[in-house]
Amino acid sequence: MSEAVVRAISVEKSFGSVHVLRGVSLDVHQGEVLCVMGPSGSGKSTLLRCINQLERIDGGELWVRDELVGYRMRNGKLHELTEKQIARQRRGIGMVFQRFNLFPHMTALGNVIEGPMRALGQNKSEAVAAARALLDRVGLADKHDAYPAQLSGGQQQRVAIARALAMRPYLMLFDEPTSALDPELVGEVLDVMKTLAADGMTMVVVTHEVGFAREVGDTLVFMDEGIVVESGKPADVLTAPQHPRTREFLSRVLG
Amino acid sequence: MTSTERITATAPAYGEVGSLTRVPLRHYGRWVSAVVVLALVALLVRAFAQGSIEWSVVGRYLTAGAILHGLLNTVIITLCSMALAIVLGVVVAVMRMSANPVTRTVAFGYIWLFRGIPVLLQLLIWYNLALVFPTIGFGDFQWRTIDVMTPFMAALLGLGINMSAYTAELVRAGIVSVDKGQIEAAQALSLTPGQIRRRVVLPQAMRVILPPLGNEFISTLKMSSLAAVITYGEILETAEFIYYANNRVIELLIVAAVWYLVVVSVLSVVQHFVERRFGRGFQHLGTRRTSRRVKGGAA
Repeated sequence: MSEAVVRAISVEKSFGSVHVLRGVSLDVHQGEVLCVMGPSGSGKSTLLRCINQLERIDGGELWVRDELVGYRMRNGKLHELTEKQIARQRRGIGMVFQRFNLFPHMTALGNVIEGPMRALGQNKSEAVAAARALLDRVGLADKHDAYPAQLSGGQQQRVAIARALAMRPYLMLFDEPTSALDPELVGEVLDVMKTLAADGMTMVVVTHEVGFAREVGDTLVFMDEGIVVESGKPADVLTAPQHPRTREFLSRVLG
Repeated sequence: MTSTERITATAPAYGEVGSLTRVPLRHYGRWVSAVVVLALVALLVRAFAQGSIEWSVVGRYLTAGAILHGLLNTVIITLCSMALAIVLGVVVAVMRMSANPVTRTVAFGYIWLFRGIPVLLQLLIWYNLALVFPTIGFGDFQWRTIDVMTPFMAALLGLGINMSAYTAELVRAGIVSVDKGQIEAAQALSLTPGQIRRRVVLPQAMRVILPPLGNEFISTLKMSSLAAVITYGEILETAEFIYYANNRVIELLIVAAVWYLVVVSVLSVVQHFVERRFGRGFQHLGTRRTSRRVKGGAA
């Protein structure tokens, strides 16, 4: 755990007059599973979206693999990147959304081969072979040709994970991946994520799943009102929270 | 209190009624309305059968060479104007949603202008364009407007541009209907903006655009009859020419009407198949398929 894959330094983000991120600093190291918790509106999803440039930061610095995110330095100024350059920066970052966001007009297989074929320029047979292996790996061997509407929420989210993995990412971002699922379907998605973590994938996971954070997370970051309130080993933060706001939140989540 | 008494008076036959024959509710009102409507239809058919219409003349002219030529011209102008309307409509819709306020405003003005003026008037303006610009072209390349602006060109521009204003609004509504999460997912796969439009947004927008676009196609077909006033030889103008000569006015109008209905029916069938193609991944959400399957299983 030496090289920082993601390094956020006093990152700021506002939506109009709402100051969502008020100087967030954190590091995500190679092979680390970093879980982010916090009440809704604390800015945890926004932080994730900034890493993948679905939002542009207003202040501070965001580095991914020693490359400045979203800007280029020239003549002592920061110049915004073009859409093409942004697409290139995103290439090694996989993202899984709360609401799956599968392409409804494509089959499971179609969803998984789309990125490799269009963005990585793989040929079809190569992309299909890799996609079939990935769908098998997330336990959907019999669902390759199903459309998203024919799949349960848990199955859709596993297709979404396979779709992100097909880009051979070095970093995976999960934005509340189990929050939209029926309780009995949460386990199958978490199991896939656990295998992924065990294989050494660098992951940032925004989640409310305390059990997952404790079992799989290397670091737990607690955010509130746009700042990192507390971070440390999940077991420590969960059992002996230092900050009163962490304590208050955990007492509500754990019941 | 009375209700309680009544319930206790008739002792409930718990567990005994479940196996009795179930009688469906009879809808007598439906029978009455069906009889009334059928009677009215019969009267109408009789009136037309006995009216002074020479049906044999209708039959004879239905496949006359001149009529078929007019029909061909109607179909050609409809297809060409619709193609122009779709191309212009997509461009204007994209301009209308652009972040650039200048293109946005121009697109808005375009829609306002060409949707606001009656088609007939637009056709007349295009046809008489030579009165404003005697010649058109760039630099040394000049043509006489009267040669360029044939009845076909005037009809194509008049119908196509008018319909493009409607198409632009349809396309915009379709694009807006695509969930923002779809675009984000495509961005996260590092697709470029062009790829996102082609592969993710448009295919899903098509599902929303197609049904009203089919209607628009049918409107264009019927509106092409207006091109008769600028001497474009479509089916209605042809029919008029024939009845000026032989006075079989209603017969020839019926001939034209029949052909319009035939073309509209063909278009509807085509629309059905195109909609099904773009409904992939969505038809499973409907209840129709499941209910049919359940019925089949029970039979």
